[in-house]
Amino acid sequence: MSDTSIVLRIIPVSYLSALGVRRPHRMIERHVMAYRRQWLIVVSGFFEPLFYLLSMRAGVGDLVGDVSVAGRAVPYDAFVAPALMASSAMNGAIFDSTGNVLHRLKYARIYDAALATPMGPADVALGEISWALIRGQIYAIGFLAVMAAMGLTESWWCLMALPVCALIGLTFASIGFLGTTYMRGWSDMEIVNTLMMPLFLFSATFFPISSYGDWAWVVQLSPLYHGVALVRACNAGVWTASLVVHALVLLVISVVMLAWASRRIDRLLRR
Amino acid sequence: MQIATPGPLRVVSGHLVVFRRLWRLNLLSSFVQPMLYLLGLGVGVGALVDRNAGSTATLGGVSYVAFVAPGLMATTAMAVCAAESMWPVMGGLKWRRDYHGIAATPLDATDIVLGHMIWMAMRAGITGAAVATALAFVDDTRSWGLVPAVIVAMAVGIAFAMPIMAYSVGAEMDGGFPAIQRFVIIPLFLFGGAFYPLSQLPEAVQWFARAFPLWHGVVVARGFTTGDTDWAGVAGHLAYVLLWAAVGTVVSIRRLAGRLYP
Amino acid sequence: MPEPLIVARGLKKRFDEFEAVKGIDVEVQPGEVFGFLGPNGAGKSSTMRMIACVSPASEGTLRLFGMDPAVDGAKIRARIGVVPQLDTLDTELSVQENLWIYGRYFDLSRAECRRRATELLEFAQLTDRADSVVEHLSGGMKRRLSIARSLINEPELLLLDEPTTGLDPQARHVLWERLYRLKQQGVTQVLTTHYMDEAEQLCDRLVVMDQGLIVAEGSPRELIDRYSTREVLELRFGAGTNDQFGPQVAGIGDRFEVLPDRVLVYADDGEAALAEAHHRGLRPESALVRRSSLEDVFLLLTGRSLAD
Repeated sequence: MSDTSIVLRIIPVSYLSALGVRRPHRMIERHVMAYRRQWLIVVSGFFEPLFYLLSMRAGVGDLVGDVSVAGRAVPYDAFVAPALMASSAMNGAIFDSTGNVLHRLKYARIYDAALATPMGPADVALGEISWALIRGQIYAIGFLAVMAAMGLTESWWCLMALPVCALIGLTFASIGFLGTTYMRGWSDMEIVNTLMMPLFLFSATFFPISSYGDWAWVVQLSPLYHGVALVRACNAGVWTASLVVHALVLLVISVVMLAWASRRIDRLLRR
Repeated sequence: MQIATPGPLRVVSGHLVVFRRLWRLNLLSSFVQPMLYLLGLGVGVGALVDRNAGSTATLGGVSYVAFVAPGLMATTAMAVCAAESMWPVMGGLKWRRDYHGIAATPLDATDIVLGHMIWMAMRAGITGAAVATALAFVDDTRSWGLVPAVIVAMAVGIAFAMPIMAYSVGAEMDGGFPAIQRFVIIPLFLFGGAFYPLSQLPEAVQWFARAFPLWHGVVVARGFTTGDTDWAGVAGHLAYVLLWAAVGTVVSIRRLAGRLYP
Repeated sequence: MPEPLIVARGLKKRFDEFEAVKGIDVEVQPGEVFGFLGPNGAGKSSTMRMIACVSPASEGTLRLFGMDPAVDGAKIRARIGVVPQLDTLDTELSVQENLWIYGRYFDLSRAECRRRATELLEFAQLTDRADSVVEHLSGGMKRRLSIARSLINEPELLLLDEPTTGLDPQARHVLWERLYRLKQQGVTQVLTTHYMDEAEQLCDRLVVMDQGLIVAEGSPRELIDRYSTREVLELRFGAGTNDQFGPQVAGIGDRFEVLPDRVLVYADDGEAALAEAHHRGLRPESALVRRSSLEDVFLLLTGRSLAD
């Protein structure tokens, strides 16, 4: 299942071509060409969440012991692993859609070159977001395989975590892409890093939402929290009605951000 | 006779001019980010850790937040100084080319490198001092040991800044930087003894952590803040940290001179 | 007469408050080389971006190949090649990969991209640099690669925005020769430049732009004949004294211009004008007689020299 097809299912095809989307896959082709020489960078992206997982398992896990989630005791690494998977889907999507896009937009001017051809701004936007999703999906598959090898997966339902990670990726790639169209330069990346950190730390990733007591509602404002909840549910194979709400939140954010971002990019590139 | 400002300080003043424009953004990485980690991992995960009987003994009899705080001062210094010694240094030679501009004045490679070192120590110091100030408000972490801990953070900062600078002034492309980030800086952040004692890790990982200056700095800083200082150990650890800075500085000067005056 | 390739009527471009192009009429015929000449800020690049269908016109009508950029932008862009003012080469790709991916943007098959890339590398004299990283190319090579890239779709119309700005004289001549070859192959070219010699060398017809408006139109020869004399006498009276001696040449030749560094006397016979100046007792530090150029046309039309 390709990620472009997910996007295509979310937005009807006729709407896409009305927006001028005809060849977003050319953007992906360009990236494949460029990254053939820098494959190490692509591969290395897989290790960051893995290092986190190993560190949590070996070090913090021993200190914490078991965590009680919904009445049952879960080893800390099994508690953290799905959350790390969701976070890495966010991280990958954000970095691909901010730093890399900023470089191509403002410094390398790759989009300016593409727009002199039949490619349109919408092709660029959708191509970039799809690329972020594809990369994220590769990492997600790798991470899930490691989880399975460590015995942290609970059933075959864990495979459902892959499309969920694609949805998380879509949400954050859209947000990141939109944010990038407002960036002035490299130093603004500090803002991105600083905004992501609370999402990463306080989305019920490292400790359960019950720890927040009366402040739990604040956590629910984090889009990542909804992603984490979905991945945890997939891994546990426990299905509840609230999951639909979580998925809807991510979907709505994605669609709104995507529409906004493609308007912004149009204004930026076709002055 | 007028006494001239030493060369490295003139280079530092150049850094300060830029910093004055960007300090608000820099504040994010050097203060807000470590505070968030402290809150998320120190306090949040700390609640889980402190609840678990037996963990406090593993941590040397202190609460988790008190254990993590000095480690975070050192890791933040490492992260800030490492990043500042990658792209900005390469930019000085390649994109902004201000190193070439400086080299056309009476200042030379030594001034640029020493200027960078002083500036990195200052950046680490500012970060450390900001975090230390916040820690002084928390019961578990309030101590005079925070003051020497800031100085340790400065040493850790330059121990990473200078060897990375030596790499950056020699590198043709910036492709190696993400690799350093992902295979050295992040693993050290996670496995360098900041979040749990090194003894919990497999032997090979322990040696990896011991090989780099971070863990040595973390141990010394933690000794100061928890009031458990072994002076012979402090001297040994600090000597190792400063050895990294010194070797990095010497190699940086030599390689930068080769680039500026071929 | 064949259908014009480009027709613009009352074309305007506004950026918020600032009006970069204030209503211009242009027609470009198939096969000709057409130039926009003017100083920086004259509105040349904004006009080029509208013609390239990457910048919507604020007012007026624009048709390329009889189509409207607002409706058929992608279709038009499929038939044109663009060499932008600043190279937008992909620095993460090699020389030939730049050509390949650009061909892919035009929906050419991979085999076709490779075939054309090989030809174009030959044309741009870059065959031996095919696998080099773009970053390591010289300015002239990058420019030639930009032109090669713009030809990957075998365009009927080539847009060149300041093609030789920043290049050394030798690299410029190589580039001019390549552009001349394209003209012989029948490729219509529209270019902007603020170099007079470039406009004279390359353009069949040109317009002079100043502050967003077209101030004159014609072939280089026509413009010189219409707005200038056959020859020009340049007198230099030493720093700071040109103002003082300038007015004393009044009446010699058709007219004169006082510039900060020299005085220009427009006359059909420059040598005779110089003799007359000597006769009047003027003793310039140096004197030079030359043929009129587009520079003189521009000076007359706008009251400013192009170097500003």
